[in-house]
Amino acid sequence: MGTDTIARLELKSITKRFPGVLANDQVSFSVLPGEIHALLGENGAGKSTLVKMIYGIMQPDGGEIRWNGERIVVPNPKAARKLGIGMVFQHFSLFEAMTVLENIALGMDAKIPARELEARIKEVMSQYGLKLEPHRIVSTLSVGERQRIEIVRALLLNPKLLIMDEPTSVLTPQEVEQLFIVLRKLASEGCSILYISHKLHEIKALCHTATILRGGKLVDTCNPSVETSRSMAEKMIGGNLKTIEKAEGRAIGREKLIVNRLNMPARSHFGVSLKDITFTVREGEIFGIAGVAGNGQNALLLALSGETLTDDPGAITVDGAQLGKLTAKQRRLAGVSSVPEERNGHAAVPEFTLADNSVLTARDRLGMVKVGLIDQKAARTYAGEVISTFAVKALGPGSTAGSLSGGNLQKYIMGREIMQNPAVLVVSQPTWGVDAGAAAAIHQALVDLAAAGSAIVVISQDLDELLSLCDTLAVINEGRLSPAMKVADADIEEIGLLMGGVHGDPAATANLHPELAHAHQA
Amino acid sequence: MSTEFIIAAIVTIVGLTTPILLAALGELVVEKAGVLNLGVEGMMLMGAICGFGATVSTFNPWLGILGAAAGGALSSMLFAVLVLELNSNQVATGLALTIFGTGLSSLMGLSYTGFIVPVFGSIFPASLASDPYLKVIFGYSPIVYFAIAMVPVVAWFLKSTRAGMILRAVGENDLSAHSIGYSVKGVRYAAIAFGGAMAGIGGAYFSMVITPMWAEKMTAGRGWIALALVVFAGWRAGRLLVGAYFFGILMALELYAKAAGFSFLPSQFWAAMPYLMTIIALSVISMRDRSGGNAPACLGKPFLPST
Repeated sequence: MGTDTIARLELKSITKRFPGVLANDQVSFSVLPGEIHALLGENGAGKSTLVKMIYGIMQPDGGEIRWNGERIVVPNPKAARKLGIGMVFQHFSLFEAMTVLENIALGMDAKIPARELEARIKEVMSQYGLKLEPHRIVSTLSVGERQRIEIVRALLLNPKLLIMDEPTSVLTPQEVEQLFIVLRKLASEGCSILYISHKLHEIKALCHTATILRGGKLVDTCNPSVETSRSMAEKMIGGNLKTIEKAEGRAIGREKLIVNRLNMPARSHFGVSLKDITFTVREGEIFGIAGVAGNGQNALLLALSGETLTDDPGAITVDGAQLGKLTAKQRRLAGVSSVPEERNGHAAVPEFTLADNSVLTARDRLGMVKVGLIDQKAARTYAGEVISTFAVKALGPGSTAGSLSGGNLQKYIMGREIMQNPAVLVVSQPTWGVDAGAAAAIHQALVDLAAAGSAIVVISQDLDELLSLCDTLAVINEGRLSPAMKVADADIEEIGLLMGGVHGDPAATANLHPELAHAHQA
Repeated sequence: MSTEFIIAAIVTIVGLTTPILLAALGELVVEKAGVLNLGVEGMMLMGAICGFGATVSTFNPWLGILGAAAGGALSSMLFAVLVLELNSNQVATGLALTIFGTGLSSLMGLSYTGFIVPVFGSIFPASLASDPYLKVIFGYSPIVYFAIAMVPVVAWFLKSTRAGMILRAVGENDLSAHSIGYSVKGVRYAAIAFGGAMAGIGGAYFSMVITPMWAEKMTAGRGWIALALVVFAGWRAGRLLVGAYFFGILMALELYAKAAGFSFLPSQFWAAMPYLMTIIALSVISMRDRSGGNAPACLGKPFLPST
C-alpha cells in the first residue's frame, strides 16, 4: 500500500467464530477510494458474515477494521451509516403496504420533513438516473424498482463505501446494465463499492479487484479483467469445475407434454393470471422458462403440477392423455412430477423425516402405502437410496428435512422426484441458493433424466443456468409466454427485452425466428 | 313517526355506538402495530369497574374516566407481557384476557353493587343541552364527543405523523423495522396500552353514563363487535366511524322494533342482528380478498428476531 493512497477500508486478520464453524479465518484485504471491489465465494464461504461485521450487524472475534487509516469499532448499523457505510441487502427490508417515500423516511436516521426529503430524493434520482415515483405503494413495484428504493436510501447518506449484496440476482439484463451505470458513476465520484456476487461475468465487467473467499479463508485477491471466469470459479470452489456432460447426440423424440392455451385467473389480489400459455416439450428435451420473479412462474408451476386445476381438460396433455382436470395425485400417477420453488413448507415438510417426506410424493408410484398404512420400510429404503445416489449430506432417512442445509434438501427433493423416473418433470428454481458443487450435481441429474427420455421443464430466474442447461427457451412476462426459441441461436438482448415486458409484435418476433414462429403457429 | 321519536332514536343510537367506537379505535391502533388483541371485552369490563370504583371513591366522574383508562391499560399490559416477552399465542392470550377480565371485574364489583354514581354534567350550556331539539347535537356525555374527536385524531396520527408511520411499519414488517433500528416491542407496548385505555373508557361508558351503575358482564359482548368493526372498516379510522354507526343502528333496531311495528319477528332476532351482521361482514370480507386490502401483514404473528 503506497503512502499516498490510504485505503478507504482495510481489514486486518478478521476472524469470526460461530459454534462449530470458523466463519472467517484471518481475512485481510483493503478497498481503495473509488474502487469497485468484488467479494466472491460460494454460499457459506463467509462473505455475508464479513460484510455484516463491516456494517456493524456482528462484531469480529479477532482482527481489526481500519477506516481511512484509523482503527474503528462499528457497534451497530447506525454507527456504520454515520461513518459513511451504506448497504443494499439481497432481501430488501421494505414495507409492502407503504409508499416509496415512507419507506425511505423510515430508513433515515435523521428526522427530515417529508417535503424536504422528497426534494432530496428527486435530486439523487435525477443525478444518477434512478427512476422512482415517491408516492407509489411498494407492493405495486417491480423487483428492480424495489432495489432502486434501497439504493436511493443508501445514496441519500452520501456513502463513502457502498456494500451491495448479490444485487443482480433478480434483475433483467437491462436492469443490470442500468445498475452498473449507476455504480460506475458512483465509483468515479470516489465512492468505494464492495460488490458481493457469484456471477463471474458481471464481476469481470464491473469490478477492479476481486477477493475470493472459500471456507472462511481468503484464497486470492486478483484482477478480474485478466482472470477468466473459469479460473475464478475454480478458485472459488477449490477444484476443477465440472462442466455439464450432455450425452452425445441426445435424441429429442416425439412430443410429450403439450400445453395448449392454458388460462388461469389470478388467485389473489397480488397474483398473476396465466394467459394463453402454449408450449410443447418433447422426449429428451429440457425446456427453460425464463423471467423476472412474480410474472406467473408460481401460477404456471401450480397449474402444471395439478395444485390448481384448469377448466379445459385438454389444456395440458401428456402423450395425448388430457390432464387439465386431474389432481396432483392423479398427475403423479400419470407420470408428471414437480418440484416447487419453496423447499421448506411446499416441496417438503420441515418437521417430517426424509423417509416420511418421500412418502408424500412417491407413495403411489412406488407403492409405499398398503391397506391405508405407510410401509415405513419401503419409505426408509427409498429415502436411503436417494441420499446415497445424490450424495445428500444427512445422517440418514430418519433426519428431519428441516435439519438439512438448503442445498442438501434441494438435492434430496430433486432426487426424490428424479428416481421415480417421471415422464415429465417440472422444476422451479432448481438451484436457488444452492452452492456451485450441488448445483452442478442437480444440473447433471436433469441432463441424465432427459437423456433417458423424459420431458423436463425448468422454470428459473437464472438466465445463465437456463442457457447452459436447456435445449429450448421461452420467456414468461405478466402471465404470457413468449414463443419458444432454440438456446443455440437465442439472443440475450432479445431475451432481456422479453423479460422486461417488451413484447415485439408477432411479425417482428417471426422475423427473428422465422422457423420457430412458423412452427409455433402450426 | 314524530320528531320526538326520531330524536329519541338518534340519542339511543349515539349511546349504543359510543362504546364500540372507542374500543374499536383502540383496537385499530393495536392491530396496525401488528398485534391482535382479542381481549377487548375483558378490558372493557375492567374499565367499567375501575371507572365506576374510581368515581365512587372520588365523586368525580372525570377522575373516574382516568381510572377506567388506567384499568383497561393495566389489564392490557398483562396480555402485552405474555405476548411480547414470552411470545405466547396472541389469539389464545387474548381470549384468556377476556375470561380473566370478566371474572376479575365481577369479583371487584361485588362491593359496588347497588351504588349509584354522580354523572357528567353537560359541557354545553343547559339551554342547548336540554333543548328538546338541540339536545340531539348538544345533549350527550362528554365521552361521546371525545369518541368522535378521536376518529380524526387516530386517522391523522396513523397517516401523517412520524410515530404513526413507525407504528404502521412495525405492523407491516416487524423484522425490517427491527433491523432498521426501531423498537418493535416498545411500539407494541405503547399501542397495546392505548388500545387497553380506549377499551376501558368504552367500558366505563356503560357503568358511568348509560346506567350509571355496576352490573356483572354489563358490556354484553360489545367488545366482540368492536373487534369485527375493525375488520369491517378495513383498518381505516374514517370507515370505522361509519361502521360503528351502522352497528349502532342495528342494535337500536332491537329496542325500537316493537315500537316501529316490526312485531312479525321475535325481538331475539333483532337482538341477534348485530352479531349476525358481524359474521356476514367478516365472511364477505375474507371471501373478497384474502391477501390484499389494508390488513397489517404481521397481524397476529409473534415477533422473533434472529439475533
